[in-house]
Amino acid sequence: MKRFIVKRLGYAMVSLALLSLTIFLFVRLTGDPAVLLVEPGASKADLEQIRSQLGLDRPIWVQYGAFMSNLLRGDLGQSFYYRTPVLELYLSRLPNSLLLAGAAMALSLLIGIPTGIIAAVRVNQWWDSAGKIFALLGLSLPSFWVGLVMILFFSVYLGWLPSSGSGTALHLIMPAFALGWYFAAAHMRLTRSSMLEVLGSEYVKLARIKGLPEALVIGKHAFKNALIPVLTLAGINLVIMVNVAVVVETVFAWPGIGRLLYEGIAFRDFPVVQATVLLGGAMIVFVNLFVDVLYAVIDPRIRYDR
Amino acid sequence: MSTTEAALRNRAEPLPVAMPVAALRASGFPYIAIGILVLLALVAIFANVITPFDPEVGSLGDRFKPPAWQMGGSTTHLLGTDHLGRDVLARLIFGARVSMMVGITAVLVAGVLGTSLGILSGYLGGWVDQVIMRVTDTWLALPALTFAIFLAAIRGPGVWNIVIILAAIYWTRYARVIRGEVLSLKERDFVRLAIVAGCSKRTIMRKHILPNVLNSAIVLGTLMLGVVIVTEAALSFLGVGVPPPQPAWGLMLADGKKGLMAGYWWLTVLPGVCIMLMVLSANLLGDWLRVKLDPQLRAL
Repeated sequence: MKRFIVKRLGYAMVSLALLSLTIFLFVRLTGDPAVLLVEPGASKADLEQIRSQLGLDRPIWVQYGAFMSNLLRGDLGQSFYYRTPVLELYLSRLPNSLLLAGAAMALSLLIGIPTGIIAAVRVNQWWDSAGKIFALLGLSLPSFWVGLVMILFFSVYLGWLPSSGSGTALHLIMPAFALGWYFAAAHMRLTRSSMLEVLGSEYVKLARIKGLPEALVIGKHAFKNALIPVLTLAGINLVIMVNVAVVVETVFAWPGIGRLLYEGIAFRDFPVVQATVLLGGAMIVFVNLFVDVLYAVIDPRIRYDR
Repeated sequence: MSTTEAALRNRAEPLPVAMPVAALRASGFPYIAIGILVLLALVAIFANVITPFDPEVGSLGDRFKPPAWQMGGSTTHLLGTDHLGRDVLARLIFGARVSMMVGITAVLVAGVLGTSLGILSGYLGGWVDQVIMRVTDTWLALPALTFAIFLAAIRGPGVWNIVIILAAIYWTRYARVIRGEVLSLKERDFVRLAIVAGCSKRTIMRKHILPNVLNSAIVLGTLMLGVVIVTEAALSFLGVGVPPPQPAWGLMLADGKKGLMAGYWWLTVLPGVCIMLMVLSANLLGDWLRVKLDPQLRAL
């Protein structure tokens, strides 16, 4: 068990190192980094000064060392626009992002799990078809367009919901739905296939042979076991949601990390853009590590397998 | 998808050896999806023949004209005009050209890159496999959209930059799946016989492995088309994609925000409907191809 965790932790560290290397190389190799790292409108003399200040004239591996040591000390640079450390900015926006992602996740599970179960129990009946169409639309519609159309309908025409901003529960409804529909579709599909698999298993057959009422078989015996993969996926998706919300947050002017990234592009604030990508990737590496270790704790076969 | 379900599907559908029209209909051939894609392709190719308007130039006197059937609309601008007085229909038509071009090229470039690396990784094994798979894993860990925005911020806006960026992000999906297939293919008898017969590694990869993974690559490509088009639209919407004043659907949605609160619905609804039609059709076609061509991919 210990060996597995150490090994898995090692993989995660390799991933993180490769991640920082990728980001570092992309910035250095696709043009003049000084242009990106200096505030827009800087003079030629400023550029030269920054170049020597950042050590861009030194060999590339020395630069990487400096970049890494800054990262490890939690120094992600200074925002050009806000004049504060990027990490501070990021952490101040994170709670808003988590709130939005949490709401979208709750919505996606509330929609995805029941419809997935019904679709599995009533395979190929109209419920199943309706579910399939809902899922196909969720996977095909761009989330920001769903958001825009909802603003048009609920804010402009009906005047029921505020079109942008944050603060009340009403502000949360539309962005949560725009973000959550795609994931509701994904959770629905997985619930359906997971339920179908469990319903074909021996212990469900036994429960039926024992003469248990169908509601109990589905609700107790099948449902609980079918839920495991869905909840795992939901855990990973929560982190992904935080990182893909950029368009939805832009549409609704929601003050989260995505909005920060958008401002980073709009104000040509490169340190903000770079930090958002790095931290997003790091978050996903860590959640994958967490899920793997959790699985190994629950299921001994996994830790002896690898 | 569960194994039971896959088994059921396997039994229900015969292999597509010869497909007469009746069999096609029975197997749910996506007529509508293919019809829409062909129509959009024709519109994209003949864009300058179809519409008399220049999609990039408008007259400010004609700003925010509604579609023809609404009060104040005229038959000159069938679907109305935008905030610069440009004809919406003309921009939608030329936007199809941009979306198709970017989508198809990016999918092709990503496909060639990912498939080649997947075959190399799977067949050669050893350190080649280790290096390619570590890089693939790392790139898969980066959130796709954020990564795309990061690259776009470095490269700057431009149609060809978008193609490069999308290909740079999405090749990993191919590499993963193709490698997995190659791992099982290389244990098969025909590959072993080729080795015995003295074929070089290059010949085996090109003549024996490649044709056998092509089906999967095509299915993946079709499914990827929708993802790529949505990503392109999102990048353009955020202002790091196709540069204005070029007509792209994502860009039109960004412009449409200017008239959103005034209720100018056609600027927001119509480009989105176009994106939806294209992505939905690509997904339906991809789903159908997946079931028809490649039973192994059904679990995707």
